[in-house]
Amino acid sequence: MTVWIEAELCDGCRRCLKICPYGALELRDGRAYILEQCTFCGACLNVCKKGAILTDAEPRTIPDFSDRKGVWVFAEQRDGELNPVSLELLGKAQVLAETLNQEISALLLGYRVSDLSKTLIKYGADNVYLVEHKALADYRTLAYTKAVEELVRKYKPNIFLIGASHIGRDLAPRVSRRVGVGLTADCTELTIDPDEGILLQTRPAFGGNVMATIANRYSRPQMATVRPGVMEALPKPDKKGNMIKHKVSLLEKEIGTKILEVVKEKKKGVDITKAKVIVAGGRGVGDDKGFKKLQKLAAILGGEVAGTRIVVEKGWIPSENQVGQTGKSVRPEIYIACGVSGAIQHRAGMMNSRYIIAINTDPRAAIFQVADWGIVGDLHEVVPEMIKQLKGKNF
Amino acid sequence: MDIIVLVKQVPDTTDVKLDPKTGNIIREGLDSIINPDDLHALEAAISLKETWGGKVTVISMGPLQAIDALSEAIGMGADKGILLSDKAFAGADTWATSFTLGKAIKKLGKYDLILCGRQAIDGDTAQIGPQVADYLQIPQTTYVCEIEKVNKKSIFVKRQLENGYERIQCVLPALLTVIGELNMPRYPDVGRLISACQEKAPIKFWNAADIGVKTRQIGAEGSLTHVIKTFAPKFKREGEILEGDTKDAVRNLIGKLAEVGMRSE
Repeated sequence: MTVWIEAELCDGCRRCLKICPYGALELRDGRAYILEQCTFCGACLNVCKKGAILTDAEPRTIPDFSDRKGVWVFAEQRDGELNPVSLELLGKAQVLAETLNQEISALLLGYRVSDLSKTLIKYGADNVYLVEHKALADYRTLAYTKAVEELVRKYKPNIFLIGASHIGRDLAPRVSRRVGVGLTADCTELTIDPDEGILLQTRPAFGGNVMATIANRYSRPQMATVRPGVMEALPKPDKKGNMIKHKVSLLEKEIGTKILEVVKEKKKGVDITKAKVIVAGGRGVGDDKGFKKLQKLAAILGGEVAGTRIVVEKGWIPSENQVGQTGKSVRPEIYIACGVSGAIQHRAGMMNSRYIIAINTDPRAAIFQVADWGIVGDLHEVVPEMIKQLKGKNF
Repeated sequence: MDIIVLVKQVPDTTDVKLDPKTGNIIREGLDSIINPDDLHALEAAISLKETWGGKVTVISMGPLQAIDALSEAIGMGADKGILLSDKAFAGADTWATSFTLGKAIKKLGKYDLILCGRQAIDGDTAQIGPQVADYLQIPQTTYVCEIEKVNKKSIFVKRQLENGYERIQCVLPALLTVIGELNMPRYPDVGRLISACQEKAPIKFWNAADIGVKTRQIGAEGSLTHVIKTFAPKFKREGEILEGDTKDAVRNLIGKLAEVGMRSE
């Protein structure tokens, strides 16, 4: 397949330049020109009013998916404890299902885990598909894949969301290949396209430097994984739902892996993803002593301390407390960024905070662009002043 | 022990710049490197070979310049490289990529172990490993942070979890995706690297026809997901700067926090 331009027909309107997701078109002598990085995705074909962009590709027909219904969420559990990301996904599923006027189902796999179905319903599930088997007691790729595959083939969902945890990122690609569908990883935004009714999946790419919106037109279910901490759980305490049991046959020899031991390492610190208030430090904090001030402020506000990649690399705070593209995504009520320049990799992890406060000596620092309130000043003066004033009055 | 390592050449995303007008990545001048996680997969493969014998074959899919990644891998100690390069592979999503890699691995034939990095820094999807494993119908273990031992039938590994790790016995042949904690990748040997950059280097080029795939199964045409739009991330908020000396600014800020319901403990 290839894409080319009939130069005589092109009037240089630039429509194709704007639509190209790969920046693979430019204007040469007033006419569109296709560059080396063109992937023949065809995004430009329909925007050309002159019919100057041509292709030898057969138009791809979108299969009829009218029998595909329902928004599914994989309910991840370990030792009978639900991963919070599954409840967050049920929150997002409520929004999507309402737009589509479809039902929400949670997939609960494990051994003696049926009690969890109540929680899943209270967080928005209309149905819980329960698969219980001794071989599903621990998460194992092939056992879980087989059970999920059977459910997908039997009940034909439209959308299927999985948390981008260590389990989810192991299971989702395996399932997608098995049932023959596309998969979008680590989405930060999910919406329904009002015209096509398809799931629009937005995710960061290139280390968070670019956001890409991805569609999955040619296969169902439309599968996506979502990072923990990005979506919001929406409890529905009065909700009623059904539990539907599914039997699966699993032989030990077809599973291929055996869990010999599970070792839980003691948490060295606190879980910043659960903090209501986060006081974050960047390079401007200066050293690990500087973080003592931030810790003091965090303690007064009942919050936790976090930081950027660079302060973790310098060893000023532990890596569990890193916020950003390669760290954690957080959404506290209040995020106070002290001496943080606001590199895009860091912003990607904290942009969903309810209120953002920036303290930085450089008024041009990018962090002010994303802050609700900013103070241009030295954190070493501002933070102690905040501690002083907060201590002074119990407001 | 015959090992296949999947590597990807990626732009060094720690230094990406964007075109302020279009929001697109400026690709010119970006260094190309072997994806960091993949270096750990290479190191693991080479050290397993040093203990158990056998051959290490490195496969990469990409434009012709990705040959540099294969030369570097051979410089580190891999035996041979295969570059899957064809304009028809371009624009592939993970569905089409895992199919392409899977076909190439089937053409290679016998292997005991496939190693790859957990994820690539340009896409961060972590999907290729599990999808290739499913295509080949072999077991997988992801997030491998330690290889404990190997015997004829199984490999024993530690898999990292969010709050610890699990010890897993995985039947061979299998595919593992590895993370940085696994090892410290060695530098290429200069002599090996120089000969790996010469014409007689043990590197083969395979195109779509060589691995027996139809163009509608690969690249953008064979993909199930498509990028419909890219844009620079928008995070913009009001960004009200609180003026005055430190004391006033802080007083003002605490007032704002009180308005939105903030309480000190």
